[in-house]
Amino acid sequence: MKAVGTQAAKQIPMVILALIILLPLYFLVVNSLKTNAEFAASPLAFPTTVTFGAYKKALQGQGIGRLFLNSAVISVFSVFFATVFGALAAFALAKMDFRGRSWGLRLLLPLMVIPPIALLVPQFKVLSAAGLVNNPSSVILIYIGIMLPFTIYLLRNFFLSFPEEILESARLDGNGSLGTFWRVVLPLSGPSLLTASIVNFVFAWNELLISLVFLQSDNSRTLVVGLTIFQSRLSLNVPVLMAGLTIATIPVLLVYLFGQRFLVRGLLSGSGK
Amino acid sequence: MTATATERTSSRAEVRRPGRRNPAPYLFILPAVLVLALVFGYPLLTVIWDSFSVPQLLGTSSFGLDNYATVLTDPLFLKSLLNNLRLFLAVPILTIVAVPVAALLFERVRGWRIYQSIAFVPYVIAIPVVGIVFSYVLQRNGVLNDALHALRLDALVHDWLGDSGTAIWSVLFVIVWQQLGFGIVLFVARLSSLENSLIEAALLDRANWWQRFWNILIPHLATTIEFFFTLSLINMLSWVFNYVFVMTGGGPAQSTNVLEMLLYTYAFRDGLPNLAAALSVIVLLISLVLLAIQAAIRRRVERLEN
Repeated sequence: MKAVGTQAAKQIPMVILALIILLPLYFLVVNSLKTNAEFAASPLAFPTTVTFGAYKKALQGQGIGRLFLNSAVISVFSVFFATVFGALAAFALAKMDFRGRSWGLRLLLPLMVIPPIALLVPQFKVLSAAGLVNNPSSVILIYIGIMLPFTIYLLRNFFLSFPEEILESARLDGNGSLGTFWRVVLPLSGPSLLTASIVNFVFAWNELLISLVFLQSDNSRTLVVGLTIFQSRLSLNVPVLMAGLTIATIPVLLVYLFGQRFLVRGLLSGSGK
Repeated sequence: MTATATERTSSRAEVRRPGRRNPAPYLFILPAVLVLALVFGYPLLTVIWDSFSVPQLLGTSSFGLDNYATVLTDPLFLKSLLNNLRLFLAVPILTIVAVPVAALLFERVRGWRIYQSIAFVPYVIAIPVVGIVFSYVLQRNGVLNDALHALRLDALVHDWLGDSGTAIWSVLFVIVWQQLGFGIVLFVARLSSLENSLIEAALLDRANWWQRFWNILIPHLATTIEFFFTLSLINMLSWVFNYVFVMTGGGPAQSTNVLEMLLYTYAFRDGLPNLAAALSVIVLLISLVLLAIQAAIRRRVERLEN
């Protein structure tokens, strides 16, 4: 009897928590599968007939396909360069000795807490002088910068425990530093590189402020910014808005489900433990 | 601990390598340093410079603390700062909810895998997506009020985002809703390094759930809780722009304005970049103070542990 009681005492808070988390997500998905009339009639009910009309409208009428592509290009390029540049720097900070190393290490944490908006005005001045407003490369550059401190921190923690013997034997095989890094270290670092890439992808795909400021033309916007701006226009047809929001969520959700176990490990090493 | 271990390995590496003038490490860090200098270094110097530069008539400018004085005496500054401080309340709430939930998941409560996956989902969804969905849930004719109506709780029906008395608390709820999963997963991951023998010994001693929770799990989580606490405080100070921008835009009647929103207003709506620069420096200084406090606490904890 007592065991049953404690099981219930443990299940009840978990079920309540799960419901609170799932209800808004239910609202999002279920209304994307309705007609506008049916949404207006009862926003919480399950659709009498599931329809994908809202998705069709979102993709055709609202140009969400184009926005999706912009988001994908920006996310993929920024994640790729942040991971490569980050891995190079992290390896040097973990396994090489040079002047300024401890100084660089000490800068990583403060760089992570700078709110992006604090530096946006000078960044905008520099990049608009370079003619890069409405050009995805401006946003990619700033994203790489914002991702780098965390990426370096995470990968350095991993490289610290990389066995010296392997590095030594690679050196004896006649590899230089770069050869060792490229041919020996990187192939053995898959999970950590993946963790960094997943965290960075989620950041880039979801980012609002920087792309809002730098990408002002209709065909250069990212999906998240586009939906935020169209929000009031689409409020006349809530299912289309919800369909757009669902489309924006699918990529990060897939990345999360695919990389869940890496992500947990990555968060842990990010906490310095 | 780790730091001293690294120092030792690197000094060994140094002996093996001829001379310290090896250019390789600098080539390795060069791409990252260039990007960081462009994205953070130069803008940071510009912001500090601009914060002291006071625009005068005819495009000239003088130097002084006027920008800081203007910002600090702007009634909106105090209002926004107070709202950031209100959002600080999310941090203890997050911790108090996330730690026991993590403990239950760690004990493999039935269905723990599914619960853990569900808890983390909100964290990966874009804040604008979350914000827009919650606007439809919380607005006057929104789903929450419909539900309260149906449950005959009409006394509780409320314009959650439209009333300046409750708007900031609605924003706080959404932040907790989204950030909770990060805390839970972080704590579960930390607990997974706990020695099984400790739990088994406690069970042999017939320690009940709360005793195990307080005497074994909490001490094991101490440093992670402290890390999560500081990180979340900094988040509430300088990473809440998206929530406010999407859900309320700072309104109604500036009741949800936060420092970042004020910064955005100065810089991009009012065209006052020098005031924005001064406010940026103020926000950065507060973040650095929080970091320094955390470092001091961590040093003390580590000394106690040794």
